[in-house]
Amino acid sequence: MFSLQGITNGIQSFLHSRFSATGVLIIESLIVILLATTLFALLGLVLVWMERKVAAQMQIRLGPNRVGPMGIFQTSADTLKLILKEGLTPDGADKFLFNLAPFVVMIVAMLLLAPIAFAKGFQVWDINIGVLYVTAVSSLSVIGILMAGWASNNKYSLLGAMRSGAQIVSYELSAGLSILTIVVLTGSLQLGDIIEAQKNGWWLFKGHIPVIIAFVIFIIAATAETNRAPFDMAEAESELTAGFHTEYSGMKFALFFLAEYINIFIVCAIGATLFLGGWMPLHIGNWQGFNHLMDYIPSSIWFFAKTFALIFLIMWFRWTFPRLRIDQLLNLEWKYLLPISLFNLLFVTVIAILGWHF
Amino acid sequence: MYSQTEILKEPGVISSNSTEGELVINIGPQHPATHGVLHLVVTLNGETVKKVEPHLGYIHRSIEKMCESLSYRQFIYVTSRMDYLSAHINNHACAMTVEKAMQIEVPARAQYIRVIMDELTRIASHELWWGALAMDLGAFTPFFYAFRERETINDIMEQTCGARLTMNYMVPGGVMADIHPSFQQKVKDFIKLFKSNIDEYDELVTGSIIFQSRMKGVGCLSKEDAISYGCTGPVARGSGVNCDIRKIYPYEIYKQLQFDEIIETAGDSFSRYLVRIKEMKESIKIIEQLIDEIPEGDYQAKTKAVIKLPKGEFYTRVETARGELGVYIVSEGGTTPYRIKFRSPGFSNLSALDHMVRGSKIGDLMATMGTLDLVIPDIDR
Repeated sequence: MFSLQGITNGIQSFLHSRFSATGVLIIESLIVILLATTLFALLGLVLVWMERKVAAQMQIRLGPNRVGPMGIFQTSADTLKLILKEGLTPDGADKFLFNLAPFVVMIVAMLLLAPIAFAKGFQVWDINIGVLYVTAVSSLSVIGILMAGWASNNKYSLLGAMRSGAQIVSYELSAGLSILTIVVLTGSLQLGDIIEAQKNGWWLFKGHIPVIIAFVIFIIAATAETNRAPFDMAEAESELTAGFHTEYSGMKFALFFLAEYINIFIVCAIGATLFLGGWMPLHIGNWQGFNHLMDYIPSSIWFFAKTFALIFLIMWFRWTFPRLRIDQLLNLEWKYLLPISLFNLLFVTVIAILGWHF
Repeated sequence: MYSQTEILKEPGVISSNSTEGELVINIGPQHPATHGVLHLVVTLNGETVKKVEPHLGYIHRSIEKMCESLSYRQFIYVTSRMDYLSAHINNHACAMTVEKAMQIEVPARAQYIRVIMDELTRIASHELWWGALAMDLGAFTPFFYAFRERETINDIMEQTCGARLTMNYMVPGGVMADIHPSFQQKVKDFIKLFKSNIDEYDELVTGSIIFQSRMKGVGCLSKEDAISYGCTGPVARGSGVNCDIRKIYPYEIYKQLQFDEIIETAGDSFSRYLVRIKEMKESIKIIEQLIDEIPEGDYQAKTKAVIKLPKGEFYTRVETARGELGVYIVSEGGTTPYRIKFRSPGFSNLSALDHMVRGSKIGDLMATMGTLDLVIPDIDR
């Protein structure tokens, strides 16, 4: 199967022949930082454009179509505008925290990129507690949001931040429990192992109904954790004008905006990795010819196709559903999703112990 | 009271009588949910609404005072700027008051055209309300679907009246100009389009479980309260009050028409929603009855160039898209009114807001306000 392992190994052996071990590490880190930042910028541009195009399709209009072919440079033009705008800091705000908050949100999003396998053998850090790392770090982003809401000294911001806190803390539970079902089935927390275990079929197809339930819960929780409609309580523009980022403008606002899209990408990438086999191609039982054909499609394309399919799903939600109310939102989690997740985990454990899965 | 510096220090605080744990927040005049420039001072306890105080005056243009210095032909045009979504019906009410005072007989053709235009305006207004309500609840897409149909109505208006929003088409004695030759065909096309698209509204919004849970049992207004607050229109009919002026005090040719007065009895936001959705269908029914029957003849009665009303007091009421609009003219016998007073439906409907949302969540406040269908220039003339 086509793999990027050759390229990465080649670069490593080339560096080893020229530099000492420390030098190689430093140079490799710089390359990774460069690649990660580039990916961030590209993802931001592509996802914002995609969202606007998806929204336009849903709303019987055309969407951006003036700057560049099909309006693909519209986001670049918007970013340029945001960079040129003055970054205001309100008088009554806690200046240090106010300016720190967008970076906290951004850095958390960046940290989450580390354990994701973009293609076969193309992963920054295949840490052996990958799943634990992801769940732990992703809950940190709420700190940035609370910081922004508190430091703005604005009542709308404060309300938005409090809502966001309550929401993320709640939905973290069912997201974690649905991820645990896959850990139980695989027996490993390492993302590399989880992908390897789906060589003969993705967990979504192999794990019977409980895994499908876990997948649905994961998608709901992921939508809630990224503060996307119908769970966009933290922003709720018709209620709280813009929620926690009411007072932000210019590039600081752009960072929040970018972080939202990066977070969507990351939760969808994790969903694709856990339930849809990451970069693994689609294999069906004994269909040798079909399986062989699927192997010819590069692994990176598989990964991005699955991730973007999930991203499209989340965008679809946003442009069709009305927003829930805050108490309905918490009811949904504590009264329905959490008990279902707990029982579901029990079923999966039984299935895993008895070896009933395919 | 707060001193100047304290107000600056704590933006948003305007009254000093907030108690411990309560948050006073200004929603508006510039806020996405107030559809204009309504200013609500909301007292919150966490997410719970304790009190809502609407503050008026931000868009006050003293239309009533302005009308006193305009002639009886001119003052009608100013009223298009009150409830701009039912501009036709406002003009209609004013024209009717003048006709009543002058005892002008309006030609049948003009009456038919007036009623068709009124009902088209009502549909256009309810379309906009539907889109805006969904937007209040956080769904953007319905807005564009609503505008798809509303655009067609605006095109029809543009062709016949020469304007899309403030039509100024009704004049004392009839309508300003005859209908465009393709008017009837265009209206029929619109009816066909509307009937094929109205089901999408139910699929996209009415049937949505999130929408229903946001609407049902929220913002309840009992029949007694609706009457005592003076609510009219779909707001009162959603609470079971029988108050359609077209039915109980029929004007023009409404008496000859077959249509139902829509009444829902639950009194919550969802029943107000259903009333408006069903009213759109009733309006279509009315237009269908009239569109092929427009009689030949004059579109305007012959009136003097300068209208002088006899001395006295004159009052008419009509059913706008939002409720009962009353026009009260006191004449001293001159060419301009001595005093004009408008009884606008939005003002009374807004006064019930505080009663309806006390103790519910901020999200409910927006949802309830959405179903009241407030047009701020109508409340704040």
